[in-house]
Amino acid sequence: MSPYLEVTDLKVEFPTEDGIVHAVDGVSFDLERSQTLAIVGESGSGKSVTSQAIMGLINRKSASISGQVLLEGTDLVTETDDGIRALRGREMAMIFQDPLSSLHPFYSIGRQLVEAVLVHQDVSKSAAREQAIDMLDRVGIPSAKARIDDYPHQLSGGMRQRVMIAIALVNSPSLLIADEPTTALDVTVQAQILELIKDLQSEFSTALIVITHDLGVVAEVADDVLVMYGGRIVERGSVDEVYRAPEMPYTLGLLASVPRMDRPRAARLDPIPGQPPSLISLPQGCVFRPRCPYADEVPDRACWTTRPALVETRDDHLVRCHLPSERRIELATERLGALTGGGAS
Amino acid sequence: MTDEPILRATGLQKYFPVTKGAILKRTIGQVKAVDAVDLDVYPGETVGLVGESGSGKSTAGRTMLRLLDPTGGKIEFQGQDITHLTRRELVPLRRQMQMIFQDPYSSLNPRHTVGGIISQPFQIQKVDPPGGQKKAVQDLMARVGLNPEHFNRYPNEFSGGQRQRIGVARAMALQPKLVIADEPVSALDVSVQAQVVNLLDDLQNEFGLAYIFIAHDLSVVRHISDRVAVMYLGHIVEYTPADELYARPRHPYTVALLSAVPIPDPELEGKRKRMLLSGDLPSPINPPSGCVFRTRCPKVQDICAVEKPVLSEVAPRHAVACHFPMEQEAVAAVTGAGSDQAPGTPSA
Repeated sequence: MSPYLEVTDLKVEFPTEDGIVHAVDGVSFDLERSQTLAIVGESGSGKSVTSQAIMGLINRKSASISGQVLLEGTDLVTETDDGIRALRGREMAMIFQDPLSSLHPFYSIGRQLVEAVLVHQDVSKSAAREQAIDMLDRVGIPSAKARIDDYPHQLSGGMRQRVMIAIALVNSPSLLIADEPTTALDVTVQAQILELIKDLQSEFSTALIVITHDLGVVAEVADDVLVMYGGRIVERGSVDEVYRAPEMPYTLGLLASVPRMDRPRAARLDPIPGQPPSLISLPQGCVFRPRCPYADEVPDRACWTTRPALVETRDDHLVRCHLPSERRIELATERLGALTGGGAS
Repeated sequence: MTDEPILRATGLQKYFPVTKGAILKRTIGQVKAVDAVDLDVYPGETVGLVGESGSGKSTAGRTMLRLLDPTGGKIEFQGQDITHLTRRELVPLRRQMQMIFQDPYSSLNPRHTVGGIISQPFQIQKVDPPGGQKKAVQDLMARVGLNPEHFNRYPNEFSGGQRQRIGVARAMALQPKLVIADEPVSALDVSVQAQVVNLLDDLQNEFGLAYIFIAHDLSVVRHISDRVAVMYLGHIVEYTPADELYARPRHPYTVALLSAVPIPDPELEGKRKRMLLSGDLPSPINPPSGCVFRTRCPKVQDICAVEKPVLSEVAPRHAVACHFPMEQEAVAAVTGAGSDQAPGTPSA
């Protein structure tokens, strides 16, 4: 049986005056219903463009998209705009980072919700309003009946994000993409929203893609994780496996550089040197090489000349790195072990 | 910490008027952004100021630097009362207190070169650094990890992390005694945050300066701070050394805040219990009577609506503003694996 969502060799390129931006380069993964995939990366890593390409939100006139995105057998890359519009909202939906700019300020939240219902369902306006109230209630808006005619500015950030989630889920889509759903929110509200998304996911058996830069959020919600750097997947695997034994030096660097509350305080943080790359002039060879402390270990300067392939190192754990696997595991044990340093069990 | 505090705020208040009408502005209410805040900062230490948006942490920081005029209370800098000094009288003091801003994009003038931005403090303060301004600027740039030859470039030619280094260099130009850093790393990519945090650490050791580090990221605050003050709706609800706060938080709000921080460890995340808060921050125009946290507090009792709890010591150097501070067992679930041991024994 083929997976629910299957992305194969997805490429998105934007021609610009300065050259071609290779925003997404050969991304492949698949996702089943009720599963959660996290896509992690820094700004410019291609994580948001990947999700927008899946949702058909990239203007095909200004970008060239290739590869395959199969959603239950339908290829979204070759599908017509009308065909995608029929799927978007009903079959797949998206939650954006900033709930203030993604809700329309002129229309009441009720009207925006009712519109979402009416586009995809053949029901009367009053029935749609009933559904809208029910949905607002489900996402935890207190006294939904009274608040439904409120405008976005009358709600707090957390409440607005709940409204966004209500709009996204009102047609019970099977695929939900949440692009930095909690980045604009405070931690206590973030905890509420993540809890809500998880609850609703298990209720509707949604396939969920969470895009984030927060490694803590990934650990909390995801089953699988996909680490992106410079438009490419550099590591992919189950969250448990990748956090326990990260093999790509970038993933390792990320996990080692964040201070952690559950560990004894380190005297100094262990940062990744340098800056994220420009997508126009990516380095030859390995994209991470300019920031990688281990590139010199690889013979024949392979990191300078050859792009490493994404290779399976263990069951369903893929890594893009020239270093031999044993050495990578050794490094992970060494550096992550140093963090736990004689310490908290 | 036997010296006098470098900065002491007592009963600090900052209210913003809420007005109505375009011509005849009537004041119809007040946003109590900071309400009765007591804070002392000693030379060479880092005080973290944490809280959610709307807690008043940034306003408190700015008011303490007299970038905003306080509504009430008293601010002393190196023993001198600066609460009511005029702008002109403040100028010589500005040399010793500086600020680093959150957004490295909007806090640097795009029309000035980096050299111009970093040398601005010299011009304003009419200081002639030994060796000339250009040399001083280049030394500073080298110190914060920028290429000194780039002093003629404009901010847009730098990445976010590098721009934040420019902001740091500008703040350090006059070798201040106190720097208030307002969310200095939250606009940066994760892999770059650690670089800037380390830089701030190094500069502190080198110049012996004190920081007030305002941030919402509790993990970063723990790493950098000696003491941490937790703010909620304009009040400090808990103030204690960082290790104590994270190992033994007592205020229910602190506990909820700590429990909400996701930890990058899937195994631990699976085991942790969360103390979820319901609802949102109340409006600072009409704060709740008594304890400001009572509307969201899981341990609320009748007295909380009547009597405002004062910030007082429940243990040595551990001040909490709560009628019913939480006990250890309730807290253990929150801190995860428990980092009870003393810090700073890195094995590598």
